[in-house]
Amino acid sequence: MVQDNGKETTLALRLRVWRQRRGQPGAFEEHALAAVPTSASFLEMMDMLNEQLIKEGKDTFAFDHDCREGICGMCSMTINGMPHGPLPGVTTCQLHMRNFRDGETITVEPWRARAFPVLKDLAVDRSGFDKVIQAGGFITVRTGSAPEANNIPVPKPVADEAMDAAECIGCGACVASCKNGSAMLFVGAKINHLNILPQGQAERDRRTLAMVKTMDEAGFGNCTNYGECQAHCPKSITLDVIAKLNRDYLRARVKEFFSSTGKPSKGGE
Amino acid sequence: MKLDSKIPAGPLADKWNNHKAKLRLVNPANRRKYHIIVVGSGLAGSAAAASFAEMGYEVSCFCYQDSPRRAHSIAAQGGINAAKNYQNDGDSVRRLFQDTIKGGDYRAREANVYRLAQVSVNIIDQCVAQGVPFAREYGGLLANRSFGGAQVSRTFYARGQTGQQLLIGAYSALSRQIGLGTVKMHTRHEMLDLVLVDGKAKGIVTRDLVTGAIESWAADVVVVCTGGYGNVFYLSTNAQGCNVTATYRAHRRGAGFANPCYTQIHPTCIPVHGEDQSKLTLMSESLRNDGRVWVPKDAADCGKPAAEIPEDARDYFLERKYPSYGNLAPRDIASRAAKEVCDEGRGVGQLVDGKRLGVYLDFSAAIRRLGEAEIRARYGNLFDMYENITGENAYKQPMRIFPAVHYTMGGLWVDYNLQSNIPGLFVGGEANFSDHGANRLGASALMQGLADGYFVLPYTVTDYLAGEKPGSRPSTDAPEFKAVVKDVNDRVARLLSINGTKSPRYYHKALGKITWEKCGMARDKAGLEGAIRDLQALREDFWKNVKVVGAGDALAPELERAGRVADFLDFGIMMCLDALTREESCGGHFRVEHQDAGEAKRDDAQFAHSAVWRWTGDGQLPVRHVEPLVYEETQLSTRSYK
Amino acid sequence: MALTGLVLAGFVLGHMTGNLLMFKSPEAINAYAKWLHDNVALLWTARTVLIISVFAHIWAGVQLTLENRAARAGGPAVEATRRATFASRTMPYSGVVILGFVVFHLLHFTLKQVALGGVDFGPDVYKMVVAGFSSKPVAVFYVVSMLLLCLHLSHGVSSVFQTLGLRNERWRGRLDVLALAYAWIVALGFVSIPLAVLTGVLK
Repeated sequence: MVQDNGKETTLALRLRVWRQRRGQPGAFEEHALAAVPTSASFLEMMDMLNEQLIKEGKDTFAFDHDCREGICGMCSMTINGMPHGPLPGVTTCQLHMRNFRDGETITVEPWRARAFPVLKDLAVDRSGFDKVIQAGGFITVRTGSAPEANNIPVPKPVADEAMDAAECIGCGACVASCKNGSAMLFVGAKINHLNILPQGQAERDRRTLAMVKTMDEAGFGNCTNYGECQAHCPKSITLDVIAKLNRDYLRARVKEFFSSTGKPSKGGE
Repeated sequence: MKLDSKIPAGPLADKWNNHKAKLRLVNPANRRKYHIIVVGSGLAGSAAAASFAEMGYEVSCFCYQDSPRRAHSIAAQGGINAAKNYQNDGDSVRRLFQDTIKGGDYRAREANVYRLAQVSVNIIDQCVAQGVPFAREYGGLLANRSFGGAQVSRTFYARGQTGQQLLIGAYSALSRQIGLGTVKMHTRHEMLDLVLVDGKAKGIVTRDLVTGAIESWAADVVVVCTGGYGNVFYLSTNAQGCNVTATYRAHRRGAGFANPCYTQIHPTCIPVHGEDQSKLTLMSESLRNDGRVWVPKDAADCGKPAAEIPEDARDYFLERKYPSYGNLAPRDIASRAAKEVCDEGRGVGQLVDGKRLGVYLDFSAAIRRLGEAEIRARYGNLFDMYENITGENAYKQPMRIFPAVHYTMGGLWVDYNLQSNIPGLFVGGEANFSDHGANRLGASALMQGLADGYFVLPYTVTDYLAGEKPGSRPSTDAPEFKAVVKDVNDRVARLLSINGTKSPRYYHKALGKITWEKCGMARDKAGLEGAIRDLQALREDFWKNVKVVGAGDALAPELERAGRVADFLDFGIMMCLDALTREESCGGHFRVEHQDAGEAKRDDAQFAHSAVWRWTGDGQLPVRHVEPLVYEETQLSTRSYK
Repeated sequence: MALTGLVLAGFVLGHMTGNLLMFKSPEAINAYAKWLHDNVALLWTARTVLIISVFAHIWAGVQLTLENRAARAGGPAVEATRRATFASRTMPYSGVVILGFVVFHLLHFTLKQVALGGVDFGPDVYKMVVAGFSSKPVAVFYVVSMLLLCLHLSHGVSSVFQTLGLRNERWRGRLDVLALAYAWIVALGFVSIPLAVLTGVLK
């Protein structure tokens, strides 16, 4: 038992947790936890709930989680309507119970979006994100054929800006918080990371067009500038990346429109 | 068990180049006829899978997470070493090699470590070309910092998220191949066994974590890059899913497991706060540059707030014991010193299980000297993270830290080609035992993962495949596959049917308590012998009383955990046995019987070897083999930081 | 959405500015109306662009709304909003009301089919407007619609910058203020006329 100079702070909580099997409709289940230490993380509270369910002989709630230090992007819960919960700038795993009140009822749901179907309970399928990256979220470089690293100077402000965007952990809170289920913040972050670096210029237009096309095909919604994504992003990525995505997309479309040589490809080059 | 290290002849500096020139090749038209399985998608796995696919092989890659980008390489904070000598401070391949081999307390294979230092420079080129946003100077060139007490600045970094950026680089290369259709990616698939045909690794059996389907996959070669086994201690800085199952299952099929007792404890983690804790969070080691480590001199003061303990009642024990290195003493030494003072009853913080396990890391002197603004500029994000987790403001009161398991140097035994003693089974990254000896230096893990994946495995696996006839791989209908699938199905069914009273997590915690107490920072004969007995009893209890809820045909986290804990229980016994038989102290392995006034005492005469364990049967103890470590160009010396 | 929105936002500002001639003198507004009608080519070019923009804007808006509803898949049971403005969340609703208003407005003052009591004012636009707004319900409907237009524009104009990629964190606040000012200028300009008629300033 935890004691801080003899005192122990715990919360009694009521939990409404989403229960669903793949391909079937789901519903909320209500459970109570008698004594949750305020020092526990939200996921540790979920562990406690699951241990209690095992004692009762019931199935546990499946939820995604892995590193539990805010970097892998696997944890994904909508807590009282907010992806990653009430504390801005943190992932669910970094949210601690001292941010809740004794006697509170907490509603826990999966990420809700058509592009993120529920696999079980709170775990969803985010492979749409991977597909977007597969379409163009890379710089083509064959292993071993890279030039000497310092041959390409990158101005520090550019490197810093790329890093700001590259901090995205791909958790999907942007999609879950968006009232349109849009993935523009995620796609914009990757576009911004690669499109502003000198190394990324060769594939810039191709990347932008391919990633946007794949994003649309994966069933994500469109951006209408609510700004919820930025407000819920655990890495505080800003709407700037969407503005730049829009700009690069327009640029690429215009260039594509005017660039055709009209010469049919005969193959065999 | 035959342990041929296959170290090429010739001077250390020429071994790899000479060896590469002799490795066999596969002609481009034939490459697509070979199927390579890569298990794990961290730095080593992603890099290897992408590279194989670029070469033209057919590749299948498996990971238990929902995306290859989530592998735990992503959590590395500090940086990656490379002998670029961009800072003109006298660095070289030779010096990086020497630092790494000394850092490993002379328990690593010389030729492998030299190769690691050699290819380190290519890694940086590769990553920069991929768009990894490393820190830059205003001139646009790459920035470096000194890390982990190195005398040169050779560490490349991307803020505090170097591992994340490197993994995303490798993930993007892998994603490109998946998009091209040359890699089949299987996410949410866990490898549960290895299939051998005629003594060669020819496939794996997996469980689809979403549907529960047990499937088998045939290949010409299997590459395992599944990371370390730090979660055998239950609480560690590892991700929740990190496990030993893939490597332990391979071990059960005949692969030697080398040096399982080499585990690294990191000194600056946030202390345990309670029984329900699932994870320990690492705080960057850089904090020790400005923080002073202390505990009260008198155990009676430990319950008091830090501010009420006067300066002369504080024991700055690292500064006292190691005057020249002070608070910057190496990881293993700083960790042990913290444990000692807590064992004396002088730990601070909350009482957990009747003990206070924590020491102060105090910034008040630095704040007085430099001002709060400067400290915030240097460590603001870490102070925020600390406050987020503990609810305490470290600008106003000292931080509390305690050591935690962080990395495991042991792993499957591999030869110079990273091939295990099972032909066709290659092992990369933290999953092998190859490069770090008994202790890993900071910023070296990322280096090794990418070195193996990008620059070693593509050559050595090709050499192996050149000896396999194209199209000769068996079908998954072969009896060998059927037998392994049956084994796996039986085991899953057994776990689900025990229906006892205690959860898999209960056993994992119990296991962790034993391993951490008895095989953690300080180990002794009686403790280890007791640990082995306790673990055997716990294992017996597990198979009688574990309760696994959930269905076999859906996402079943309890089933996943139960399988992993079962392997950890077996593995823990082997780890304790290895610690028991290594009658010396070296690196992360500290035997209290072998010390010189508190300092580790190595025994080169008897233990300058890798211990390699062979599986002998269910419930039986493994058997120890050795690979002698031959030092051709290195003078063994004692590490001293006094 | 952004391009058509830009055209329409520009139009409402121009329209509003012309309307303010009401305050100058009856002759001014009537002369302005005559000038417009005499330049047939200009008038019909503008009308064509506007009609295309309106239909494209509606079509894009409907499609966007339907796609986004589907992509959201119902959303969470507990809906929480941290940042999205009221204006941004009500764009489809304010849009529909404004569409209804536009239809009414065209029938009212362009085709002169409703709410004018069948009186033909000929070229005297000034009189027509004063008569049109002398009906209290009509004037109130105009005022309410223009306030919704203000809401619609405040989000729409700021979004144009975002969609065309002309916005960053540093400028976001200033551009939002600019959009808000634009929306209020347009709305107050329009509203001033029915209010002036109701209060007897214009008669």
